Amino acid sequence: MDILGFIIICVKVLAVFAGTMLAILAMIYAERRVSAFMQGRIGPNRVGPKGLLQPLADGIKFLTKEDIIPDGVDKPIFILSPAIVLIPALMTFAVIPFGSNISLFGRNISLQVADVNVGILYILALTSIGVYGIVLAGWSSNNKYSMLGGLRSAAQLISYELAMGLAIVSIILLDGSLKLNDIVSSQQGSLFSWYIFKQPLAFLIFLIATYAETNRLPFDMAEAEQELIGGYHTEYSSMKFAMFFMAEYANMITAAALTVTLFFGGWDIPFVDESSLGLVGGLLSILSFIVKMGFFLFLFIWTRWTFPRFRYDQLMKLGWKVMLPLALLNIFITAGYLTVAAFV
Amino acid sequence: MGTIIKSYEPTFWDKLYFPALIRGLLVTLKHFFRRKITIQYPDEKYIPPEGYRGLHRLNKNQDGQMKCVACEMCSAACPVDCIHIVPGATPWKGGKERYPVRFDIDLLRCIFCGFCEMACPEEAIELTEIYDFSNYTRESFMIDKEGLLGVYDLTKDQNFYSQGKKKNLQSLESSNN
Repeated sequence: MDILGFIIICVKVLAVFAGTMLAILAMIYAERRVSAFMQGRIGPNRVGPKGLLQPLADGIKFLTKEDIIPDGVDKPIFILSPAIVLIPALMTFAVIPFGSNISLFGRNISLQVADVNVGILYILALTSIGVYGIVLAGWSSNNKYSMLGGLRSAAQLISYELAMGLAIVSIILLDGSLKLNDIVSSQQGSLFSWYIFKQPLAFLIFLIATYAETNRLPFDMAEAEQELIGGYHTEYSSMKFAMFFMAEYANMITAAALTVTLFFGGWDIPFVDESSLGLVGGLLSILSFIVKMGFFLFLFIWTRWTFPRFRYDQLMKLGWKVMLPLALLNIFITAGYLTVAAFV
Repeated sequence: MGTIIKSYEPTFWDKLYFPALIRGLLVTLKHFFRRKITIQYPDEKYIPPEGYRGLHRLNKNQDGQMKCVACEMCSAACPVDCIHIVPGATPWKGGKERYPVRFDIDLLRCIFCGFCEMACPEEAIELTEIYDFSNYTRESFMIDKEGLLGVYDLTKDQNFYSQGKKKNLQSLESSNN
């Protein structure tokens, strides 16, 4: 590999990492402000202009707090599990294309860290690894509430993963590729080539499953502070807790990015050919990606302050008895349509 | 034998859940854009309505003399015995015969019930809208006659909190004891 290509990859990795971290900070701020607004309050507005530096103040607080490792915990796993949660959460963004190709230094650069052939499988695999971190954190804490949180997380995993995977299968059937880049490029053109209009049912199932996957209300049974104190992170303090916290937001960002990529054309601006606009087109496509992602991130917070929590048997019932049959039906219809279309 | 009484049978539209979910989302969105009710306390202060029962004051008449005649009706009415009055003959001419030589209120004992202003035949003692008179020592919550008259000067013309400028309340707790 030549030097320039190596530098470009390094810059992309750094940009995506920094972007994700920045988005996490922005999300922490947004969550507190939006939740305050929805409750008729103002929210943090003292640290920096409009309280924008509040996440940094929170970060400093977490770093300087005492890091407690309670007696009786399984030490290696207790220390390892925040990393198991956070690292996959940060890694998933690598395969998501966040902008159209741009030409710089006489090269065609795709705005994506790694164009993996099995991009969707990579994301599904990594997000499931994150759940192991939660289960292990709950188990190693030697605390009944943490244990229950971990158990619920495992129960949650088996109830949403199938439906989520099957919802994605119908997209793959339509597209014929697991590459996220291909999925985005086949949604180019008019607004109605976005997969939301071709697969509305798959979109709804996928959206509901992402809420379960990111442990967000109405499916945050794993932490359910009213019942389980803090769930799996009850015993965690200081930066270890902050890592769980960051992982939750990183997962939300990835989930929002994936929703945009699969159903809303990724970085596509409808009716505009980005590649003809050169560098401006590339920047506009990044902007369009961020705007779409921002809407879904807002939706995460919005639903959190609107809907009450499901019981975890209710989530299992929803996952197995409603979402799974619907996803199968959707695959059946899609496959049937494709077969008929191939003959006609 | 129990019987199941179904008071509500969900229709197909209800069972879809999404219409109800969207209605719920719209409710929170409406609140998102509503006026915020937070009062950022030290910067902006809550203005209490008329009749709020806060810090006491001793009223003066149009000549600038205190209205109080030291009848001790207020201290008799006080359920917590926080008003202490030492009566005496009025030294100035043209006024009532009696006046309080000392008029002390223990604000830490006071429960702000307002019985004193109801009992007062001269409308001399009144509760004002001042609510934030915190301090560092117990002694500073013993407010004396001068202090109570000072509160009257602060609040006689308009609401204390709508005057806009910062008042130093420590100064009106005066030279007590």
